[in-house]
Amino acid sequence: MSRSLKKGPFVQARLLKKVEAMNRTGKKQVIKTWSRASTVFPQMVGHTIAVHDGRRHVPIYVAENMVGHKLGEFAPTRFFRGHVRSEKKSSR
Amino acid sequence: MARIAGIDLPRDKRTEMGLTYIYGIGLTSSQEILLMTGIDPNIRIRDLDETQVARLREVIERNYKVEGDLRREVSMNIKRLQEIGSYRGLRHRRNLPAHGQRTRTNARTKRGARRTVPGKKRARK
Repeated sequence: MSRSLKKGPFVQARLLKKVEAMNRTGKKQVIKTWSRASTVFPQMVGHTIAVHDGRRHVPIYVAENMVGHKLGEFAPTRFFRGHVRSEKKSSR
Repeated sequence: MARIAGIDLPRDKRTEMGLTYIYGIGLTSSQEILLMTGIDPNIRIRDLDETQVARLREVIERNYKVEGDLRREVSMNIKRLQEIGSYRGLRHRRNLPAHGQRTRTNARTKRGARRTVPGKKRARK
């Protein structure tokens, strides 16, 4: 079920504050965040945000058409290397 | 012969059902269209006269995105997801379901027919 419109989109307040501070000073810096559930706001476009994937922070350059998605969508949490070879084959 | 939205011409069906042969028009929109044009849904397509066909064509053209345009929109949406590197885009690239379904079993529609992996052990007695 989708979120109530009344509340507006969710962003971690801390993250938005940091982004806006950077917009004011015109600085560009990678922001680390664990907040994968935060929505990408228009203010974030052009910044690089490092989103935690459970192990490390994946740097994500925010483009314009990412607005409205969640940060977590851009930092996959699973890494699939392929299936293990079966015992039968590997032992011979 | 009724030719609407390019290439579609189902003949012996009731108009209500016939319209659903157009990509982008299901039973609901079909019924809406017939209501708007005031055409009886039970008439066979071959029994429609030219003015009725023209009216249908106009209503569809004006209010619905169908066939090529719709297909283009859908593939553009998928392309966008892929380009921004989102999880859903990734799933589309891999041809796997994008809405969090299980893939241990099922997901056959998206993944296509089963390919047997050689050397997979059967349960022993």
